[in-house]
Amino acid sequence: MPLTAAAPTRRVLLIGYGNPGRGDDGLGPAVAAEIEALAIRGLTVDIDYQLTVDHAALIAAHDVVVFADAMIGLAVPYRFAEVDAAQPATLGSHQVSPEAALALARLLFGHAPPGWMLAIAGQDFGEVKEGLSQPARENLAGAVAFLRGWMAEAGSVPVAALHRVE
Amino acid sequence: MAETRLIEISPVTRVEGHGKVTIHLDENNQVDEARLHIVEFRGFERFIRGRLLWEVPVIVQRLCGICPVSHHLAAAKAMDQIVGVDVLPPTAEKMRRLMHYGQVMQSHVLHFFHLSAPDLLFGFGAPAEKRNIFEVIRENPELGLRAVLMRKFGQEIIEATAGKKIHGTGAIPGGINRNLDIATRDRLLGQVDQMLDWSQAALSIARTYVETHAETVAGFGTFPSSHMALVREGDGALDLYHGRLRALNSAGAPIFDMLDYCDYHKVLVEDVRSWSYMKFPFIAALGPDDGWYRVGPLARMNTASFIDTPLANAAHGALRAFSGGMNHSTLANHWARMIEVVHCVEKIRELLHDPDLQGTDLVAKGERRFEGIGVIEAPRGNLIHHYKVDEHDQVTYCNLIVSTTHNNEGMNRAVKDVAVKHLSGQPRITEGMLNHVEVAIRAYDPCLSCATHALGQMPLQIEVYDADARLIDRAGQCL
Repeated sequence: MPLTAAAPTRRVLLIGYGNPGRGDDGLGPAVAAEIEALAIRGLTVDIDYQLTVDHAALIAAHDVVVFADAMIGLAVPYRFAEVDAAQPATLGSHQVSPEAALALARLLFGHAPPGWMLAIAGQDFGEVKEGLSQPARENLAGAVAFLRGWMAEAGSVPVAALHRVE
Repeated sequence: MAETRLIEISPVTRVEGHGKVTIHLDENNQVDEARLHIVEFRGFERFIRGRLLWEVPVIVQRLCGICPVSHHLAAAKAMDQIVGVDVLPPTAEKMRRLMHYGQVMQSHVLHFFHLSAPDLLFGFGAPAEKRNIFEVIRENPELGLRAVLMRKFGQEIIEATAGKKIHGTGAIPGGINRNLDIATRDRLLGQVDQMLDWSQAALSIARTYVETHAETVAGFGTFPSSHMALVREGDGALDLYHGRLRALNSAGAPIFDMLDYCDYHKVLVEDVRSWSYMKFPFIAALGPDDGWYRVGPLARMNTASFIDTPLANAAHGALRAFSGGMNHSTLANHWARMIEVVHCVEKIRELLHDPDLQGTDLVAKGERRFEGIGVIEAPRGNLIHHYKVDEHDQVTYCNLIVSTTHNNEGMNRAVKDVAVKHLSGQPRITEGMLNHVEVAIRAYDPCLSCATHALGQMPLQIEVYDADARLIDRAGQCL
C-alpha cells in the first residue's frame, strides 16, 4: 500500500544494515549509501551493522521508516513490503527484526511510524570477503532505482529533492 | 544396548552469533556429557594477509558487527608498535579511551537489560513468551527506556570518536585522526550525570540479584578456575584499555603478574579439540588440563587490585567482601558487568572535562618495526591482536585470540555443571530447563564472531536423538 498523503516535511528514515565485510551481507549498507549520496531533503540515512534496540529511539522520531537488508533465498531481485510492529518470541542483538524495532519504538516512545522492508537478494554470505557478488550488484542497482522512485511516487519527499544537491 | 539421548540446542538464543549445545543423556536420563560448540570464523586471519598496515584498524571491524570498536582499538595498538610508537600523544590516547569506555558501556548495557534481564527478573524457568525485553518494559517502562537511552549514549560517544557507527576510522597507527569538538563535548556532558545515576541504579539491580539469590548463584555454574586480565602497570588497578597481564589461580595467587602482553605467546598455548572449531587456550605453566582460565568482567574484578574511580571502586570492594576473595560464580558476571558500566561512565565524565581532548597533537611517529601486538580488555574480556608486516607494509601474519576463545573451557564447564544439576534424571526435558543452560552461556556474553545475520537466518532448533542417531523429539521456533 503506497503512502498517499504527500507531505514535504515528512521525516523519512532509511536504515540500511549488514556487514560489508561478509560479502552480500553488505547489501543493506550499500543501498543506504547510494540513497544517502542523493542528499534527499527530509531523509535521514542510518547505516549500521545490524538493527539494535537503540534504533527504536530514531525510528520513533520519524514519520516513515524503510529498512534495507540482504536476504537469503529470495526468488526475486528485491522485495518491498510493508512491515507492522510485532513482538518477536525472543530478542537479541542479532535478532532485532524490523517488526521488533517498530514494536519497541511504540512501547518505549509511544510512536511507531509506518514501516517498509526492502529485502535485496544476496547469494554469497559465507566468508569474510569484501565486495558484492555480481548478481547482488545487479539486484542492488534495481533496488536503488526502485527506492528512489518509490520515495518520489509516495510523496514522502518532494520530487524536486530527489535530484542530487550540488 | 543402553540407550542414550542427544539433545541439541542450536543455535543458542540471545547469544551473539551461532552456537550449538549438545547434551548426551544415558539410559537413566542422567547427563553424560554436555558441550558448547561454536562455529568460530577463522578465515579472517587469512583474509587480512596482504593488506596494508594502515588499513588494518578499519578492516578488522568487519570481523564482527557486535564489538567492532574493540577490534579497531586492539589492531590500532598493534599497529602503533609497527610504526614505532610506544607512547601516544595525550589527546590520542584519551580519545581512544573515550571511544573504548563508550563501547564497553553500551555493550554491557545491551547485554544486561536486553539479553539477561528477562532471565533475572522473571526466572530461568519462566515461560518463553515471558522472558523477553518487551515484558521487562511492560513491567518497568522506565527501566526499558533507560536501557535504550544508555546504549544510545554509548553509541554517540563511538560516533564522536570513531567517526561513524560502521567502519569507524578514528584510531590510526600512531594516534587518532580527530579530537573532540566543544559542541559535541558539551552535548555529551549534558547527559553524563544522568547516565551515571542510571548506571548506579543498574548496578544496584545486579548486586541485589546476586545477594538475594546467593544460593542459586552459588549453585549455578560455580567452579574454581584461574582468571586473567590486563591490569594497570605498577599499581594493578583495573584498566580496560592498556596494561600488563595478570593471571591468578583459583585461590588468588599469581601465576604471572605484570607480564608484558607482547610475551603472551610465552605463557599461553592454544589447544585444539576434535569436536570444536574454536581453540582452547591454556596457561603453559599449568598444562592443558589445569591451565584453562576465564576472562571478562568477573575475571577483571578478581584480578584488579582496585578501581581508580570512586563509585566503581566502592562497588568493587562490596563484591570482593561478598565473595570473601576470588569469586567463581558464573552469574556474578552480571554484578561485575554493571560495576564496569559505572566505571566507564565515571571515566567518560572525567575525560569529557579534560582539555586534552581538544588537543591538536594527534599522531606520533617512530622507527619502523615489523611486528606488533595489541591487547585490550574488550567488553567480553581479554582480546589479543598479533601481526607481522613486511617491508612493503603488507601483513604477513595475523593471530587473534578473542574473549570467547579464552572462555571456551569455562563456558563448557558451566554448561556441564548446569546441565547435570537441572536436566539429570528428568523424565521430560522442558524448554525452561534448557533455558537454564542458555542462561549459563549468556552470563559470559559470548560473541561467536558471528556469521551473517541476513533475513531468513537464526532458527532455534532443539533436537533429541537416540543412540542410533534417530530423531526422537524436536522442539524449535523461528526467530
